[in-house]
Amino acid sequence: MEWLNAIVQGTLLGGLYALFAAGLSLIFGVMRLVNIAHGDLIVLAAYLGLTVTTATGMHPMAALVIVVPAMALIGYALQRGLLNQTLGDDILPPLLVTFGLSVIIQNGLLEVYTADPQTLNAGALETASVAVGGVALGILPLLTFGIAIAVIWGLQWTFYHTALGRAFRAVSDNQDIAQLMGLNRRHIFGLAMALALGVTAIAGILLGIRTSFDPSIGGGRLIFGFEAVIIGGLGNLWGTLVGGVILGVAQTIGAKIDPGWQLLAGHIAFLVILAVRPNGLFPRVSG
Amino acid sequence: MNLQDYSVSRSSKAARVAALLAAVTLLVLIAAPWWAGRADMRLMGELFLYLSLATLWNLMAGYAGLVSVGQQAYVGFGGYMLFALTMLGGLNPLVAIAAAGVLGALISIPVAVLIFRLRGAYFAIGTWVIAEVFRLSFAQISALGGGSGSSLPVGIVKSLASGRAMREALSYWLALGAAVLVVTAVYLFLRSRQGLALTAIRDNELAAGSLGIDIWRTKFIVYVVTSAFTAMIGALIFLQKLRISPDAAFSVNDWTAFVIFIVVIGGIGTIEGPIIGTLVFFALRETLADLGTTYLIVLGVVAIVVMLKAPKGIWGVIRSRYDLQLFPLGYRVKHIGQSKEN
Repeated sequence: MEWLNAIVQGTLLGGLYALFAAGLSLIFGVMRLVNIAHGDLIVLAAYLGLTVTTATGMHPMAALVIVVPAMALIGYALQRGLLNQTLGDDILPPLLVTFGLSVIIQNGLLEVYTADPQTLNAGALETASVAVGGVALGILPLLTFGIAIAVIWGLQWTFYHTALGRAFRAVSDNQDIAQLMGLNRRHIFGLAMALALGVTAIAGILLGIRTSFDPSIGGGRLIFGFEAVIIGGLGNLWGTLVGGVILGVAQTIGAKIDPGWQLLAGHIAFLVILAVRPNGLFPRVSG
Repeated sequence: MNLQDYSVSRSSKAARVAALLAAVTLLVLIAAPWWAGRADMRLMGELFLYLSLATLWNLMAGYAGLVSVGQQAYVGFGGYMLFALTMLGGLNPLVAIAAAGVLGALISIPVAVLIFRLRGAYFAIGTWVIAEVFRLSFAQISALGGGSGSSLPVGIVKSLASGRAMREALSYWLALGAAVLVVTAVYLFLRSRQGLALTAIRDNELAAGSLGIDIWRTKFIVYVVTSAFTAMIGALIFLQKLRISPDAAFSVNDWTAFVIFIVVIGGIGTIEGPIIGTLVFFALRETLADLGTTYLIVLGVVAIVVMLKAPKGIWGVIRSRYDLQLFPLGYRVKHIGQSKEN
């Protein structure tokens, strides 16, 4: 029963990792950009949530109404103002610029919020649970998993059933021809980053309610998201959810064996899958 | 036009002058224990180790296209090997440093096989995962202090040299020697056949492959050699610090972020770049370090601006303006004798 419990909790944790990963996967899919600052942007969203909740007394989940548009705006501005200049055949500029951005965000957060760990206070939501067949399921993890499914479904639907999604796919397939067809790729990239950071905002708030956070944890969140993307297979959003779940389960099982093994077990699961299935479990595009 | 009117040479006047100046500088630096204060020597020792790390990272990223954000894996690994081999294995620290290099090369082989499956930016994050795995693994080893780390016992430190002044001088010379060794090794490597292959891959991977260059193998060699040297530098770094902990040993900021900024600011893909970058980095650090986190923000902004406005860095700007190459790698065609007309 304890093991079943670990697997169930790990699965639900996977929902959070899938949310970390969804934004990463989306911008890679649209513009082949890997954002090293992604983890720090998740932490930035959590801090924005902290500011909003302490300033207005709102519930963290209600703060999403402000944090999601704010992050989307930051995303659009970041893409048009900075990241669009780095795109091209050379992988070095985007990598190094987002790496620099990561250091800037991390130290900026340190400056403003200090290194003290913070949490978002969600009241009863943090501890509420329901018992299902002898396993206690936290309402928050269940909600997180549900949101992850909804977000991924929403992204899929946007990609394949809207004009915006068509534009995303067009610039992803061939930037120049998409441009000739009247799409402004700079604007489309900006919208993609806005959407990605909107998702990141949700991930950041849920992270902040679940655990304490400080400015230094961004790198770790980037790695979890990245592992979920690679395990699931590049360009496949549902695969990313499966990747997140595998990572989450590996971590909770590792923690069950020895608390020191929690993170290590997740990384090892990732490396094993990389060794056995280099393209991930459900690859859609080649990297 | 006659072919005999032209000569192809590698060296240039600037390069010969630079070599002479470098030799003089080196002699002055070797003599530092007789003219520099203790604090200055410590700073210079650190500078040489950063120069080595930057030169190695530049070889990987600037020439082999292997952009790693996980070199702290090998810095930390080397540091821990120094502690493990001296404390648990009873080796002399100097032997342990060399052994750390060999072990670094050995461990990098399976790592390379695994993460070479990732491309471009995903390779970068993959290297970070490896560094995390190393950090978490060493944090599990209780004989090396687990998560809180350990200090190098006095007996081992004293086995290096009995007097404090001699120890400090030795530590300084080791750092200087490492920097000279790394820069020379990279220079000679780039001048070799393998280096030519590497430069070809840098310029156009597809074309290089079609000329029969084994791209995977060339990159693999670079990765393993870089890892070995990085592990040795790591051992030297923690021989200076005398204390190691997983968080310090595998710090992404200290061993990768700073190194990347040094190379980008100095000029990526050149041997001169990391040298200039290291000098700029230390100058900035010594003047702005009091600002704490602001200093890191400034560094990040400078790196981004350089990457966008002058992607070849400081040395790239100088080179394009004055056509200089202090470490002659390329060939120049010169016109000699009296030609009739061109």
